[in-house]
Amino acid sequence: MVLNLEEDLLALAEHVDIVSFREAMTEHSDDYDIVFIEGSITTPSDLKQVKKLRERAKVVVALGACATMGGVNMMKNLIGVDKAKEIVYGDKAHYFESIPTMPIDQAVKVDYYIHGCPIDPDEFLEVTKSILIGRRPRIPNYPVCVECQMKENVCVFDVGKVCLGPITRAGCKAICPTYGHGCEGCRGLVDDPNASSHKNLLTEHGLTVEEAVERYKMFGSGWKFVMETRK
Amino acid sequence: MHDYHLHLEHITRVEGHGNIVINIKKGQIEELRMDIVESPRFFEAMVLGRNWDEVAHITSRICGICAVTHTTTSLKAIEEALGVVPSEQTIKLRKLMLHGEYIQSHILHLYFLTAPDFFGAKSVFGMLPDHKEMVSRGMRLKKMANELCTLIGGRHVHPCSMVVGGFTAIPEPEKLLASRDRLVEARPDMEATVELFKRLKSPDFHREVEYVSLTHPEEYALYDGPIKSSLNGTTPHYNYLDRVKEYIVPHSTAKHARSIGETYRVGALARLHNNYERLHPKAKEAAEYLGVKPPCHNPFMNNQAQVVEGVHCLEDSIRIIDTLLKEGLREEKLEIKPCEGRGVGVTEAPRGTLFHEHRLDDKGTVTYGNYIIPTAQNLANLEGDLRKFVPEILDRPKEEITLSVEMLVRSYDPCISCASHLMEVEFV
Repeated sequence: MVLNLEEDLLALAEHVDIVSFREAMTEHSDDYDIVFIEGSITTPSDLKQVKKLRERAKVVVALGACATMGGVNMMKNLIGVDKAKEIVYGDKAHYFESIPTMPIDQAVKVDYYIHGCPIDPDEFLEVTKSILIGRRPRIPNYPVCVECQMKENVCVFDVGKVCLGPITRAGCKAICPTYGHGCEGCRGLVDDPNASSHKNLLTEHGLTVEEAVERYKMFGSGWKFVMETRK
Repeated sequence: MHDYHLHLEHITRVEGHGNIVINIKKGQIEELRMDIVESPRFFEAMVLGRNWDEVAHITSRICGICAVTHTTTSLKAIEEALGVVPSEQTIKLRKLMLHGEYIQSHILHLYFLTAPDFFGAKSVFGMLPDHKEMVSRGMRLKKMANELCTLIGGRHVHPCSMVVGGFTAIPEPEKLLASRDRLVEARPDMEATVELFKRLKSPDFHREVEYVSLTHPEEYALYDGPIKSSLNGTTPHYNYLDRVKEYIVPHSTAKHARSIGETYRVGALARLHNNYERLHPKAKEAAEYLGVKPPCHNPFMNNQAQVVEGVHCLEDSIRIIDTLLKEGLREEKLEIKPCEGRGVGVTEAPRGTLFHEHRLDDKGTVTYGNYIIPTAQNLANLEGDLRKFVPEILDRPKEEITLSVEMLVRSYDPCISCASHLMEVEFV
């Protein structure tokens, strides 16, 4: 997705030295100030690598939903690692290493978060610029609903769809509801989400409580109130 | 006779994490393999118990470069399981999305991952400032393709509006027309890409392989069709398991079915071989000009084959938009009733044939998911190519051998994160 920044990436490259980016570069250096970590931790070697990166870098940025909150990979934790290995690899399961999925901040301290699946290129630039000039990035702490209403979108609840906008952090310009599809919660919860009110909203629209909780699981398997409902 | 040892950890400028190990003693290959060290993600387990209307958005996350293809393939599988038939308009819009993805993916591979090797650079950044015009051209083409996908799908990576039965939002005709204009304006850039890859000469290496792809009587098959082998005829998509047998093998040892059956290859070179006649005429011209008209058994020419497909997808996008504008676009509402069923979706991803199978229970909940990825199907063939290629170049300096090995791997345009479900392939 960073390669999707297109000309902005070239402009960015004039302000920083990109010393390691395996997908785009052959050069590599272990001497860096800022590290962007993408992906969630799912194996012991991932864990080791993330800890090494934290030791070497001054600034750690969690890049994307897998890094900030585990992403879709958290669904593996609902099934259980051993069961997942057995389903996919059968009697060869023991060849494959896997540990319960973790977002980066469950292993090391994270300094900045770039949310979303995929990330929003503008947010990437906002966070990166903020790091470079030493100010706090301007990331919304209100729900997607606010951005959606400001665009005067038809509320997807009114056309019979399910939406996690009311509890999800804005910053994506409400892209999915703008295109007529309910928010899937990929940017994570706002601080202090009104989850019980949202569950009422979902059940008012014809879902049972169980069905409503199911809706959160795609990105929210790690959210506390989802895990609590499993008990 | 020569010794050559290579342990390349985390090959660069490919998508995902792979190592190459080559040990040659006195001209004999003692060990040659490509290890996939990507962490397994367990998508086939994670979709179990999920709802029919979520699955395609979950499998989209298998890959950020071929997200449209994963989404489309899952949607087709679910639709088949539910007995839903998408409209002609939906199919055209999906084809446009695929074309946008192809141009994006191929251009990214050609300009950012492949070209640096030909210019003695280690990355796209290393091509600046001397080749700024070329890099900008790549960016422009990518951006144009990205905007096409954004218009129809909301965004290219994990398109929001692609759902079972169709699209949750339909593009406005004026915006579609503007997209058409941008495609036309991009023609000179695409022609320059053809010229560029005429200049960048591939090593003269040949190995006859079997080519597998979709095929279709009327079009260059990307969206739909039975599975064709250049050697063994065609198979309907729902019998895909008659063709492709999946085996799981240890994570880091040589893993391919070299002794059981033949290796085969999917991707641009395979599609060109099986479906050349259906290419847009301009694409055929480019193929002849670039020297990649079938039969072509030089794996390095996969790069040129991708250029040809770039030309085809650009021209075919213009044609599809013209048809859509003539026929008029409408909002479509489909009532979908969940039910029990089995469906197989097979689509051509930029890197080759992609299979998704889903089974649903009577509530429309997923009870089974199976995904077979293009790159996984190519790994055995890649090793086969290396086994023939490296001995042929042993008299060169070590750095040159290593670079050539890397270039061969890169020409496959592997997408390793997708392929992290290992397979040993037996071709029936």
